[in-house]
Amino acid sequence: MASEPTAARPPHDSTNHGLRVIVAWLVLSAIATPLIVIFVGHLIPPGDASTQGTEQVFDNTWMLGIITPILCLLAVFFFYGLRSFHAAPGSAVVDGPPLRNDSRIQILWIVITSTMVLFLAGFGTYELLQNGAGGGQGPNPIAVPAGHKMQVQVIGQQWQFTYRYPSLGNIESNQLVLPADTYVELHVTSLDVVHSFWAYELGVKADANPGTDNVAFVRTKGPGTFHVRCAELCGLWHGYMFNNGRVVDSAQFQSWASQAKKTYASIKPFMDKPESQGGAPFSHIYLPAPDRRAG
Amino acid sequence: MTAAAAAPPKPWWHQLLGFNLLTGVILGVGGWYVGWFGAHAIAGPSVDYFGDIDYNELSIYLAYIGGVVGFLVGLGFFNYPIARMRGYPPSLREKETHGWIRYFSLCTDHKVVGIQYLWGIGLFFFIGGLNAMLIRTEQLSPHSQSFPMGTYLTLVGMHGTMMMGMMTSGILGPFANYLIPIMIGARRMAFPRIEALTFWILMAAGGVLTTTIFFGGFPTGWTGYPPLQTEASPGMDNYILFFALVGVSMTLLGLNMIATILTMRAPGLTWTRLPIFAWGVLSTSVLMVLAAPVLIAVLCMGALDRTAQTSFFNAAAGGSNYLYENLFWVFGHPEVYILALPGFAIVLELLPVFARKPLWGYRLAVAGLLGVSLLSWFVWQHHLFVSGINGDLRPFYMLSTELISIPTGFTFLCGMMTLWRGNIRFSVPMLFCLAWFFNFLFGGLSGVFLSDVPSDVTTHGSFFSMAHFHYTIMGGLVFTFFAAIYYWVPKMTGWQLNERLGKIHFWTMFIFFNSTFAPLFAAGFLGQSRRTPVYTGNLKFLNDWVSISAFLLGISMLIFLFNLVWSLAFVKKPAEANPWASRSIEFQLPSPVPVHNFDRIPVFSGDPYGYGEGPTPHWVPAGQPAGRE
Amino acid sequence: MRLGVKLLLVAVVVAAAGLMIGFYVSNLTTLSGSPSYALPVQQSSSGPVVNLDIETVAAVGPQLSRNPDWVSYLVRNASGQWKRETVWSLPANATINVTIFNFDGASGLRNPFYARPQGMDGNRIMVDGKPVDHIDPNDASHTFAVPALGIILAVPGVADDAKNQCGFAPCPMSNAHRTIKFTFHTTKPGHYRWQCFVPCAAGWIDGFGGPMQTIGYMDGFLNVKKA
Repeated sequence: MASEPTAARPPHDSTNHGLRVIVAWLVLSAIATPLIVIFVGHLIPPGDASTQGTEQVFDNTWMLGIITPILCLLAVFFFYGLRSFHAAPGSAVVDGPPLRNDSRIQILWIVITSTMVLFLAGFGTYELLQNGAGGGQGPNPIAVPAGHKMQVQVIGQQWQFTYRYPSLGNIESNQLVLPADTYVELHVTSLDVVHSFWAYELGVKADANPGTDNVAFVRTKGPGTFHVRCAELCGLWHGYMFNNGRVVDSAQFQSWASQAKKTYASIKPFMDKPESQGGAPFSHIYLPAPDRRAG
Repeated sequence: MTAAAAAPPKPWWHQLLGFNLLTGVILGVGGWYVGWFGAHAIAGPSVDYFGDIDYNELSIYLAYIGGVVGFLVGLGFFNYPIARMRGYPPSLREKETHGWIRYFSLCTDHKVVGIQYLWGIGLFFFIGGLNAMLIRTEQLSPHSQSFPMGTYLTLVGMHGTMMMGMMTSGILGPFANYLIPIMIGARRMAFPRIEALTFWILMAAGGVLTTTIFFGGFPTGWTGYPPLQTEASPGMDNYILFFALVGVSMTLLGLNMIATILTMRAPGLTWTRLPIFAWGVLSTSVLMVLAAPVLIAVLCMGALDRTAQTSFFNAAAGGSNYLYENLFWVFGHPEVYILALPGFAIVLELLPVFARKPLWGYRLAVAGLLGVSLLSWFVWQHHLFVSGINGDLRPFYMLSTELISIPTGFTFLCGMMTLWRGNIRFSVPMLFCLAWFFNFLFGGLSGVFLSDVPSDVTTHGSFFSMAHFHYTIMGGLVFTFFAAIYYWVPKMTGWQLNERLGKIHFWTMFIFFNSTFAPLFAAGFLGQSRRTPVYTGNLKFLNDWVSISAFLLGISMLIFLFNLVWSLAFVKKPAEANPWASRSIEFQLPSPVPVHNFDRIPVFSGDPYGYGEGPTPHWVPAGQPAGRE
Repeated sequence: MRLGVKLLLVAVVVAAAGLMIGFYVSNLTTLSGSPSYALPVQQSSSGPVVNLDIETVAAVGPQLSRNPDWVSYLVRNASGQWKRETVWSLPANATINVTIFNFDGASGLRNPFYARPQGMDGNRIMVDGKPVDHIDPNDASHTFAVPALGIILAVPGVADDAKNQCGFAPCPMSNAHRTIKFTFHTTKPGHYRWQCFVPCAAGWIDGFGGPMQTIGYMDGFLNVKKA
């Protein structure tokens, strides 16, 4: 092995390997891409429970459609290349042809990858700017959907999310109940550490930061249930910080709201007024009084 | 040397006296207690609200700082500065340390430091791997079972921090230290004492992190987000000190590499003849030098928040946790390219040797490496897409994140075109390089989902992103780390590694790596949140599958360890000078490389990739010292 | 080196590594855990009944913990002694009569929502013999909450100027304290975590470190098992 490789080159190979790879790639991509988009695309979470969820499925399906040809190219290249261009086991070391460069291939590659990247970024930006795609946008959202929105405040605390409804007299609940077919404006904040509010089926994820109001928009569809969990490590019970939420029709929502108003009437005097009625922003922060023995 | 040879041989334990690891550990423990009781004398048993709690953060910081200083004193890092201050002339005497003790003491020979790094990093790699096994043990059941919850979080944090901290130097430490001076025709690094210092600081850092279990561990994972960081147990201080020390080590290592490559190249080694590995090291070093200081700064702020109760990150007192998240990821995203770029460089360096073709598109490959290191500065807020920070900048970060796939694509193109029409030999290092293409392809393509805000909302903070970065970092760095071990360890030690065991190691590692991490993409899509042992019952089958694969992956690592010990300590089959028929200059030297590398400085007349372009030019002038020292 | 010496060295290294790994793992498993503590169960016509007596005070004291300054819930065992156990085994579909003796001062709730007891029978608790459906959030000293069962209640604290306050646990009943009683029902088997929502860890920044994040102090499990 260590001996100097023979200078003799292998006889010139007139097969047009490049053409074969490209044809095989085009054929494979033409078959695989529609199959994957049609049969795998719709299986991708988060599903169809909200407009944002549907958009994310659409987005993820597009991504799959774009990466499938890339996967096919690499698969064809390596399958073909490693089969055709390897030395026989145990044979003497023979050098291959000294190909050092081909600027046409380089330019082609750069043009193709750049086009794809710019397309992806443009596509993502378009999807994002429609309504924020369910992600947390901070206190001054740039992608605000038009029309009426119901405000709900999501309060993260170690280790439970609670939900405040300013439009229902500022009642608070430990289960998120939303009316169907409604645009909801979620104001996510935290009382202590960083949490992340993840309503999985609704396609909503927004970090809960102390002292910050993180706004996300979601439009619910028909009635159903969804999971809420924390997606940012927040201490001991981070993993147990989950709950179920419900989307109910408008009549059920009204009856739930009036029931909840009665239930929580006793603690109403202690609650802050909502920000819209002149109260302090909810993201005020608790500090233990240093002169009292905490405990 | 001759005087020493003439003297009667001293007993073996005599070498234990003096400045070495043993002394370092003893003085380190001593320094720890000096710092601990010193801080108690200053601040009393507690600096917190109530004076009766013997958890004094200040004491922990001073104790560990005292410990690290004592450790370095014991290793002899202060001898030279003191000697210079007392008027002694400059010298490099430490380089002449010989015998086995040089591996356990301050040695300025870059080859000794390289081997020290290999074993030192390897040790912590295995500790980090053990933590991963324990994590997967817990994940066998969908609720908290094997370990108490807090311990589980400590394990996750230890695994992540250990791997991210230690493996940053995983290729630059052992291989760049050993090979860069040889590849550029030099006899040493630019700053040999600093080179040794980077290693021993890293080892001290490892000791700081592992002892966190005595102070309650830390619950934050490797990112250490405040306010959780601020309110966490004293074990958090170990995390802060560990990462700060790693930052110091990284900065110094990077500076040393840049200085060496810029100033110490042999005649004829122009920029276009530099081995691509050196380009990779250079671009990584630039990232290290610029990124690590940000980390040190942000951790100092965290330490101040914890000890002096400043409010950098405390929203209630006017600070913001966004400040931490921003600064951490300004370091954190270049950090992941610090991990990935050496892998690119190793793949491009090794492919020509095993494909028997010149590196295709050398300039494009260099542009790819430099382009990644440049663009990696402009993408960090994609870690914060849903955090509510700078909502209006998300389209920009989406674009920049996707742009970085263009220079990454250069590496793919150059690698693939190097294979094209080659005469490929499937030796063990080559198998690991080919696996890199497979792993990094999946890592990169899954990154497309994470770079796009709408689909990131689905996958952010889930097992999907966890699987993504294991594909890029474990698949990209650790696989090439093993490629480098199989390729260069025969050169470094002079003994061959067993090829058959190497192939068994490769195939088990490749199969079980994919079997471990590919299902996690699905688990993430199905809603499994990161860093928790709790998941819904429908994910149990996936998680059991992953856990069993992970254990088999662990066994694969033990096969490697067995191969290493068996080949290097028992079989001891001498390696040839050039086992891979490589044209690179380190293979023109005997195995192992003699102490002074070259008797005369080589003169380069081309790059090391001229396969198929005539006989190998011999750049090392005749008359080099032969054989083992 | 001779082969035997080498083998010996490898054996020594493997043994040392094994010992260290064993130490590490055993240290991890016992770091903060306590095994499930089975509470005595009485049978009645309406199913199993458990009387759960717990007390809490700001410092558990040197008898019960190597962290004497930490706050914890203690449970009374069959022989009337207070034990620092927070992982409790309970039968499924059982009636649990809880009595909380609180010897601790108030520090207030972050979120007034938790001032309304819920999830127990009648959504009411008995405070010193009087039924209440809410407390003043500023009077809260601790909460006892099992989120997965929907149980939340805030425990009012001892007045700041009360005489004869307890220093550290276990406290005699002659010290100033509040007594809270309520009843809830377990349902299907499972592991239900419980915790406290009041940041009551003295000496920790923002009051939420140490004991608040350690099982065995202000956190634990209700391990509900089939009877």
